[in-house]
Amino acid sequence: MTPETELARLIELIGPFNKKGVAISESTRFADDLELDSLTVMDLVANIEDEWDINIPLNLLPDLENVGQLADAVAKLKG
Amino acid sequence: MDLLSKFDAVIAEHSGLLASGVRDPFGVVMTQVLSPTRAIINGRETILVGTYNYMGMTFDSDVISAGEQALRAFGAGSTGSRVLNGTFAPHIAVEQALMDFYGTASAIVFSTGYQANLGMVSTLAGKGDYIVLDADSHASIYDGCKLGNAEVVRFRHNNVDDLDKRLGRLPKEAGKLVILEGVYSMLGDVAPLKELVAVAKSHGAMTMVDEAHAMGFFGANGRGVYEEQGLEADVDFVVGTFSKSVGTVGGFAVSNHPKFEILRLVCNPYRFTASLPPAVAATAEASIRKLMRAQAKRDNLWAVSRKLHGGLQAAGFQMATETPESAIIAVLLPDQLSTVAMWHQLIEHGIYCNMSRPPATPAGVFLLRCSLSAAHTTEDVDIIVARFVQARDALAAMKAA
Ligand SMILES: Cc1ncc(COP(=O)(O)O)c(C=O)c1O
Repeated sequence: MTPETELARLIELIGPFNKKGVAISESTRFADDLELDSLTVMDLVANIEDEWDINIPLNLLPDLENVGQLADAVAKLKG
Repeated sequence: MDLLSKFDAVIAEHSGLLASGVRDPFGVVMTQVLSPTRAIINGRETILVGTYNYMGMTFDSDVISAGEQALRAFGAGSTGSRVLNGTFAPHIAVEQALMDFYGTASAIVFSTGYQANLGMVSTLAGKGDYIVLDADSHASIYDGCKLGNAEVVRFRHNNVDDLDKRLGRLPKEAGKLVILEGVYSMLGDVAPLKELVAVAKSHGAMTMVDEAHAMGFFGANGRGVYEEQGLEADVDFVVGTFSKSVGTVGGFAVSNHPKFEILRLVCNPYRFTASLPPAVAATAEASIRKLMRAQAKRDNLWAVSRKLHGGLQAAGFQMATETPESAIIAVLLPDQLSTVAMWHQLIEHGIYCNMSRPPATPAGVFLLRCSLSAAHTTEDVDIIVARFVQARDALAAMKAA
C-alpha cells in the first residue's frame, strides 16, 4: 500500500516536470510515461529531498521506476 | 537479440545531425599539429580554441627532449602494473615533482585522470560510508561512485546550504567524503570552495577536490582553486591530470594524509592496469617542474581568457558566466540545431571549439566551449572574435536566402 499523504504531495511536486501533461497516478513511469531525462530527474529528486528533509541515495534511483515506488521509498526514508 | 539495438535512438539522432549537412562535431581529425594553438583540420589551418592545453606545454623543447631521452633509455612501455614490474625511475621522478609542486608528503600517479578519480572515489569511500558530491561532477567521479560501495548523495551545484542540509541528514558517526571541483569544465565556473569545505569539515567529512582545470594558473604556486582560496590545510585529497596544463597524459592524487601510500595496494584502478609509458612520465616531470616558474604564461593565459570573454560579449554573444572565471569561456546557444550549425560555420572559418550538449552539460544548456592556452596571443583572440562574428553572419545570410 502506497502511503496516501506522500503520494498526493509527490504528485504535486512532479507537476512542474510533467511537460507532456500526462495524468499522474501510482503506476506512472518516470522514463516511459513522463519521459524525464537524467537532468530533470536530478532536479525532481533534489526537490523531494528538501520537501521531506531526507536524502535519496543515487544507488536507489534505478529501482524507482514509477510514482508509487518513489512514494514508498520516501515513506521508508522518512522513517 | 542485437545488443547494440539499444543505441538505435542515438544512431538516428547522430545520422539526423549529419544529414543536415554539417561536419561531425564528434569526428574531428587533426592531420597535422603545428603548435599548441594551430592544427590542420579538413585541409585548413585552424586555430585551436577547444583544447585543454592551458599552459601550452605540448611542444616545449625541454619537455620533448625529456621524453625523447626516456623513450631511448627506458623503451616504449613498461608492460606492467606499478606494483609489479611497471615502476621505473621516471615514475618515481614524476611523483617527486608532484610532491614538490603541491608541497605534499605523498603523490600517487595513475594512468589517466579518469582512472585517478575512479580509484580515489571507489577506494576512499566503502560500504557504509557516504559520498556527497556536487551534481555537476565530472563523469569520472560519478563512475567512481558506481565502482564503489558507498551510499551516494548529490547536492545542487555549488550550493553551500544544499551541501549543509544533505550532510546534516547523514548519521553522525558514518564516514563521509565530500567531492568538489575547483573549476567546473562545462561553464568554466569556479566553486566557492572556502564555504563548501568549511561546511564539510563542520560535519566531520573528509574532502577531495578535483583541480583538473585549474592546475598551473590558480593560486600562488599554481596548485589550484583550493590554494587560491587558502585551503591547503583543509582539503584532504587533491586529484589532477597530466592531460591538461601538463600537456601529456596521466592522472594523480596528492595528500598529506599519513596513511595515503596504502592506496597503492588497495586501489584497483591503480594496480590492475599498466603504468604510464616512461617517456610520458618523463615529459610530465619536465613540464610540472617548468610550471613552477611559469608566471609569464599564467599572466598571458589570464589576459587572453579575459579578452576573449570581453570580445565575445561585446559582439553580442551570450556568455555562460557573467565574468571570465577561468580559462574556459563558454557561449550559450538556444538549441542543438543552432549550436551545431554555428559549430560547423566556425570550423569552416578555421576555428575549432568544443560543442557541448546535455547530458554532458548542466541544466540542459547547449554550449560552444572555448578554452584558451597560454600560447594564444592577443592577436589570436582578435581573429577568434572576428571569425565568431563572420560565422554568425554567414548563418544569418543562409537563413535569409
Ligand atoms: C574535472 C575532470 N576530472 C578528470 C578528468 C579526466 O582526466 P583525463 O583526461 O586525464 O582522464 C577530466 C577530463 O576530462 C575532467 O574534466
